Amino acid sequence: MADVLLARSAEGIFWLARYIERAENLARILDVNATFARDQRGGQDWQPVLQLNADTERFAARHPAPTAEAVIHFYVADQENPTSIVSAVAAARENARALRPLISTEMWAQLNVVHNWLGQLDDAALAPGGLVRLLNRIKEACQTHTGITEGTLHRDQVSYFYRLGRHLQRADQTTRLVDIKYHALLPTPSDVGSPVDVLQWDVVLRSAAAHHAYLRVVSGGVTPAGVAGFLLLQPHFPRALAFCVAEAHRLLGVLRARHELAGGAGAAKALDALHARLSVTSIDAVIAGGLHEFVDDVQRELIAASDDLASAFFGPGPAGARQSQHQG
Amino acid sequence: MLSDYSPGGSYCELSQAGSAHAIRDLLSALPVAEMRRRATEAEADLHDRGVTFTVYSGKDAIDRVLPFDPIPRVLSSREWQHVESGVQQRVASLNLLLHDIYHGQSILADRVIPAELVLGNPNFREAMRGVDLPHGTYVHVCGTDIVRDSAGTFFVLEDNARTPSGVSYVVENRHMMQRAFPDLLDGVGLQPVDEYGQRLLAALREVAPGGGGADPSVVLLSPGPYNSAFFEHAFLAREMGVPLVEGRDLLVGEDDRVRMRTTGGLARVEVIYRRIDDDFLDPEAFRPDSLLGVPGLMRAYRAGKVTLANAVGTGVADDKAIYAYMPRAIRYYLGEEPILPNVETYVCREPDALRYTLDHLAELVVKPVGGSGGYGVTVGPQASQGELEACRARLLADPAGHISQPCLDLSVSPTLVGDAVEPRHVDLRPFAVTGTGTWVLPGGLTRVALRRGSLVVNSSQGGGSKDTWVLG
Repeated sequence: MADVLLARSAEGIFWLARYIERAENLARILDVNATFARDQRGGQDWQPVLQLNADTERFAARHPAPTAEAVIHFYVADQENPTSIVSAVAAARENARALRPLISTEMWAQLNVVHNWLGQLDDAALAPGGLVRLLNRIKEACQTHTGITEGTLHRDQVSYFYRLGRHLQRADQTTRLVDIKYHALLPTPSDVGSPVDVLQWDVVLRSAAAHHAYLRVVSGGVTPAGVAGFLLLQPHFPRALAFCVAEAHRLLGVLRARHELAGGAGAAKALDALHARLSVTSIDAVIAGGLHEFVDDVQRELIAASDDLASAFFGPGPAGARQSQHQG
Repeated sequence: MLSDYSPGGSYCELSQAGSAHAIRDLLSALPVAEMRRRATEAEADLHDRGVTFTVYSGKDAIDRVLPFDPIPRVLSSREWQHVESGVQQRVASLNLLLHDIYHGQSILADRVIPAELVLGNPNFREAMRGVDLPHGTYVHVCGTDIVRDSAGTFFVLEDNARTPSGVSYVVENRHMMQRAFPDLLDGVGLQPVDEYGQRLLAALREVAPGGGGADPSVVLLSPGPYNSAFFEHAFLAREMGVPLVEGRDLLVGEDDRVRMRTTGGLARVEVIYRRIDDDFLDPEAFRPDSLLGVPGLMRAYRAGKVTLANAVGTGVADDKAIYAYMPRAIRYYLGEEPILPNVETYVCREPDALRYTLDHLAELVVKPVGGSGGYGVTVGPQASQGELEACRARLLADPAGHISQPCLDLSVSPTLVGDAVEPRHVDLRPFAVTGTGTWVLPGGLTRVALRRGSLVVNSSQGGGSKDTWVLG
C-alpha cells in the first residue's frame, strides 16, 4: 500500500505545482514591468505582458486600453479571467483540497489563507501606488508555499509528480519570457544594443530573478544574445530552460526506476532528447536558426512530454476533461 | 467567568459533575473577555486551516466553520463507563438485528418487531438477503445520539448506523483546545481522542474479505470535494493513511474484484470505508443515475470480494420507528436489560399511539421516521398554533411516517454567548468502531443548541459543538 498513488491524485499534485509556479511567475513579471519597463519618455508599456501570456485578444474584449490599472486588475484579481493570479491560486487550492490526505496540513493551511486573502482584495489594495508591495507579497506567498512544501512534503511519488509539474511549468514560462523579445534578435536589427534595448533585456533577466547570477557568470555585460543564452541554455540557474528540462528528466527517471512505474517512456525519451539538444547547441546557432522557431519547437516538445505523462500516469479520460486549460 | 452563571431548572453538565471541580476552578479564574478573545482567534484559526463544511448556494461555495464553544463539556470516568458500555451493548444488538433481518428473520417470526415495519421499510435492501459478512459486522461505525434529562439520566435518542459524521470535529476540537486553552488543561488528565483513525483502520482490516492477509488494502470512498462533509472524509483518510478515492477511481473486474486506478496501473481494493449512501453506491444495483458510485460494486460485494463499511442496508435499523423496538431487541438477542434506556416513543403507525400523540401534540416532539438533520421535527411546547396544526395534518396524512416522544428538558452546559456565559442545551454523539469487537472513542461530539432555549442541536439548525472531556 505504501507506494500506491491514485492516478487522479498524481494529476492533482502535478497541477497544484504548476498553478503556484504560474502565479509566482506572473507576479514576478508584473512586478518587474511595473518597476523597470519604462520607455525613454517615462511611459509604462504593459503590452508585452499581454503578449507574453497570449492574452491580447481576451484583454481587448474586456478593456479599452492596457492601462496599468486595467492590466493589474485583469492579472491579479479578476476571478473571471482564468489566467489571473487569483484564478491560479484558486485552482491550486481546489487541487489541494482534494489532496488533503497526501499533503501536509501546513501546505493546505497556507494555501487556504492566501486564497482567502486574494479573494478579498479591493480596488484600494490594487492601486498603482501599492502595487509593488502587493506583488511582492504574492511572490512571497508562493515562495512560502514552496518552502513549506520543501520542508514538509514526504518524498514519495507525490513529491516527484509535484516537482515534475513545477519544472515543466518553469521551462514553459522561461521560453515565453525569451520569446517576447525575439524580434530584437532578428537578423540585421538596426537598434540592437541601443540603450532601450539593453534595458529591456535587463528587465527580462530580472523577471526571472537572474540579473545577479547573470552578471556573475557572463562576462561582457548585458547583451541580447547573452541574456537569451543564459535563460535558455544555462545548466545551473533554477529558472533556465536547460536546468528545468534536465531536472524534469531526472525526476521522471526516479519515478520510473525507484517507484517502478512502467509508463512515461515517451516523455522520458522526449525530455532526454531535448536535454541533449540544449547541452550541445550555442545561442549563436539558435539565433542563426531563428530564436522564435527554436522556442516554438521547444514548447511543442514540452507539451508532447506533458501529454505523454498525462496518458501514462493520470488515468483514462478525454484530454478535454483534464487540467491543461489556460496555461498562459 | 462562572460568577453570574445559573443553569435554571435544567441538569447542568458542569455544576453537577462531581469530579469536575478542578475544571470549574480553572474556568472561574479565566475572565470572560479573555475567553472571548481566544475563542474568536480559535475560530479564525479553524477557518484558516479549512476545518469547514461547504455550503453551496448557486455558483458560490461558502466555507463555514462549525461554531465552536470553548467551554468544554465534562464527563467523569464513571459517567463515561456507563455510556460506553451502553453504546457497546446497543451496537452489538444492532449488528445481531441486521444479521437476523437479512438471514433467518427470527425476530420477525417471534413477533418481537412487526414484520411489515422491517420488510416494508424503504431502507430494507433485498439484495442483502443471505449475504454473509465478516464477523457479522454491519455497523462498523455507529454514532449514537444520547441526551440527559433533568435528573441527569442518560437516554439514547437515536441510532446512526448508516454513515454517521462528526468525528473529525471531536479530534479538531480537542486540538483547538490544546492550542488556545493550554492553561485549562493544566493538571487535568483527559482520555485521548487522537487514536481514532488508527483504531478505525485496524477494525476495517479485521473485516477484510477472507481475513484479508497481512496488509489488506483499505480506501475511503467519498462523493468528492463538493460534498459538505468532504473535510471529514479527507481528515479520516489522512488519519488512517489510506487513499481517498471517488467512484471514478474504482472499477470492478470480470473476476468481481475491485481495483483502483493508480500511477502504476490497477491495484486491488479489499475494504471500502464508504461515505456515500446506499442509493448512490452502484448505478447497476440502485439509482441508475448515480455518477458517484461504482458500476458492479454490489456484485463484488455479494461475491465476498470486497468489504463495505458500513454494510449496505443498515438504514433499516436506525429508522426512528425501529428505534422504538431496540430495547426489546436488546433483551431478545443479548438477554440483557438495556444499559441506556430509550426515550419513550409512540409509534404513530399504531392507532393507540397516534391517538395519544394527537391528543397531546403540544407536549410532544413529533419526528418523521426516516428523516435526519433535524428537518421536519416539531417541538410541541415551542411550536405556534399554526405549526401544530400543520403537524397534525402531516400526522393524519401519514401516521406510519411519524413517531412522537415526550419533550425532555435536555441537560445544559455553560456556553459563551456574546460576552456572557449562559446555559445552553447539549447532546452527545459517541462514535463506536466495530471490527471483531467494539471500541468507543472516549467522549464524542457534544453538540450545543446556541439559540436560547432551543432543543435542536443539529448544525443545519443553528447548532455548534464543544470539546468533550472524559476525565482519566
